[in-house]
Amino acid sequence: MTTASPTVGAGVQPPAPLTRAARVRKRLNSRTATLVSIVLALLWTIPTFGLFISSFRPEDQIKTTGWWTFFSDPQFTLQNYQDVLFSTGSSGQLASYFINSLAITIPSVLFPIAFASLAAYALAWINFKGRDWLYIGIFALQIVPLQMALVPLLRFFSTGVTLGGVQLLPAWDLVDEQKFAQVWFAHTCFALPFAVYLLHNFISQLPGDLMEAARVDGATHPKIFRTIVLPLITPALAAIGIFQFLWVWNDLLVALIFAGGGDETAPLTVRLAELAGTRGNEWQRLTAGAFVSIVVPLLVFLSLQRYFVRGLLAGSVKG
Amino acid sequence: MAFARSRQALAVTGVLGLALGVAACGTGNDKKSDKAGSAECAAYEKYQGNDGKKVSIYSSIRDIEDERLQQSWKEFEDCTGIDIDHEGSGEFEAQLPVRVDGGNAPDIAFIPQPGLLKRFVDSGKLKPAGADTKAMAEQNYSPDWLKYSTVNGQFYGAPLGSNVKSFVWYSPKTFKEKGWSVPTTWQELIDLSDKIAASGTKPWCAGIESGDATGWPATDWIEDVLLRTGGPEVYDKWTTHGIPFNDPQVATAVNQAGTILKNEKYVNGGFGGVKSIATTSFQEAGAPVLSGKCALHRQASFYANQWAKGTKVAEDGDVFAFYFPAIDPAKGKPVLGGGEFVAAFADRPEVQAVQTYLASGEYANSRAKIGDWVSANKKLDINNVPNPVDKLSVGILQDPKTVFRFDGSDLMPAAVGAGTFWKGMVAWINGKDTTTVLNDIEGSWK
Repeated sequence: MTTASPTVGAGVQPPAPLTRAARVRKRLNSRTATLVSIVLALLWTIPTFGLFISSFRPEDQIKTTGWWTFFSDPQFTLQNYQDVLFSTGSSGQLASYFINSLAITIPSVLFPIAFASLAAYALAWINFKGRDWLYIGIFALQIVPLQMALVPLLRFFSTGVTLGGVQLLPAWDLVDEQKFAQVWFAHTCFALPFAVYLLHNFISQLPGDLMEAARVDGATHPKIFRTIVLPLITPALAAIGIFQFLWVWNDLLVALIFAGGGDETAPLTVRLAELAGTRGNEWQRLTAGAFVSIVVPLLVFLSLQRYFVRGLLAGSVKG
Repeated sequence: MAFARSRQALAVTGVLGLALGVAACGTGNDKKSDKAGSAECAAYEKYQGNDGKKVSIYSSIRDIEDERLQQSWKEFEDCTGIDIDHEGSGEFEAQLPVRVDGGNAPDIAFIPQPGLLKRFVDSGKLKPAGADTKAMAEQNYSPDWLKYSTVNGQFYGAPLGSNVKSFVWYSPKTFKEKGWSVPTTWQELIDLSDKIAASGTKPWCAGIESGDATGWPATDWIEDVLLRTGGPEVYDKWTTHGIPFNDPQVATAVNQAGTILKNEKYVNGGFGGVKSIATTSFQEAGAPVLSGKCALHRQASFYANQWAKGTKVAEDGDVFAFYFPAIDPAKGKPVLGGGEFVAAFADRPEVQAVQTYLASGEYANSRAKIGDWVSANKKLDINNVPNPVDKLSVGILQDPKTVFRFDGSDLMPAAVGAGTFWKGMVAWINGKDTTTVLNDIEGSWK
């Protein structure tokens, strides 16, 4: 009886057994699924679409009626964009804050990627004592909420480090544009744990034979890192790049605290938050402001998105 | 591989380029006063001697008002050579403690909450105002005002701008058409409301939605009414927790406010029933006054900026405000208001010079001329105030009969004044009874 059962089971099975993944894929490709996903996507886009329509409506229209009245009573103006982008004085000039945002974002993306890839390589392929503990430590740092680090980090910049009355590190004493350095430093610190973790998962999966072969040929660690590892982990680098770019570009909290609100260093987000005026009576400007600030992340995301999906899988699937 | 290398090159050049750019921009632009000796600078002589110094100011004033602020002290900067660096932020209340704790405090902050000011005094961060500033403030402001920035007998800074909250907005045009007259007593106000309600229009409109500060306009209502039913002494005890939050006198005031705010016959013109008050944003709440769907809207003087562009705000215009009448005239003319205080985290001579200047009559007049600004400064000449509502406010603030009290929710600890009190009011509008709401708030005041 017991010996017979496997044969019975084998006979029942269909001739070409589908794997689970294939079955899911097949189901997701059905017409209903496509329809559902299109409907979902449309529903999801409605608020953004409404905001977009609103940004072209005159102020009194925005304030008194909903965006859908645009279809029955179309009134078109570019005044909102004119206001936020170019108007002189404090009401607009988003254009100049754009530069600040870029000056903050680009280094804040490049620094953590550079440091994290080096660290991840070392943690994965260089044998040293306490390596695993160090890795666990970095991994654990991800759960520290950055809000907890704000005041200590700010104090580190403004008063330096003193231990038992001895000044170990001096205060940074940065003014105006130099404050960019503080923001880069802060963003790099906050990004490193996650970046190291993601890249480590990726790098440690590279075939060991590759490294050994290179070492036999006389390659040193820097050489291996540069010529073998870096080209292979490009998708992961791109994924982190996008993550970090979106995070830094949209960040308000870190910028507010470390860059301040002055026009020399404040990024777009800080300016956007003030755009509505002291008592929020100019909120119609936010519609246009939102779309101005959306442009760059959208471009970055669309141009790099194929890496994004690949990189996401890279970090999550192990073994 | 080629990709990786060009990428690296890009990174290196990018970072280097930026670093150089930052260094290049970093060289200072010291302002030197070249007008110091001229005649127009004679008034600023006592502030001179701090040429080329920088004073940083942090406040919640931004956008167009920020522009006007900078314009108001332009002459002072030119004449004294002191460079005032103002930064306004919508997150002022949350950011200031972070900056102060992080050792990155501004030289001066315009603090609108005496409760927050006291907190910084208690933690030893705030510097007492200099003797000159104190003398100037005592000359120009009534003791009613100065007591809010005096902690444990030590004076910490003069008031700056103010606003009057005891106003009811109405449309003079509609009033004229319908033959209504502006009420001057509480009874007249109620009679008028009944009359309007009988004509089929809901007389009052209100809205207390304001993002994460939802509820504050309702707290102003309660404070304004308590100041009228209980009088200033009870009000003072209430804000300092000398009497419990759920004292019967407070309950009386809340119920009195409820006869308007929770009266389905009276509210909410243009929006719906009582509950729509909680979901209507305060910026839009008064709009039906213009369209005639509601007649009365109680809101502070600063609401003047909220009307649609082109609205004439004047006694003979589209909208105007009248004083929210007293209930018992024997108790004087109670006025609820707010304002900010010029507190300093540094005591360098140039910082004190700016503090003294901001307390002076010259500054008040200079700022008032630019528009949309009110101060309780006694030296402020009412003829320098261009806008009719601001004129009305200044008139009320300078009236010797006025009993001024500061917005109570700004005096209470933040957890109550900017927390449970707001939330309690939302629950109250949504139908919770007065006793439960007041008991809840009292329970949260530790």
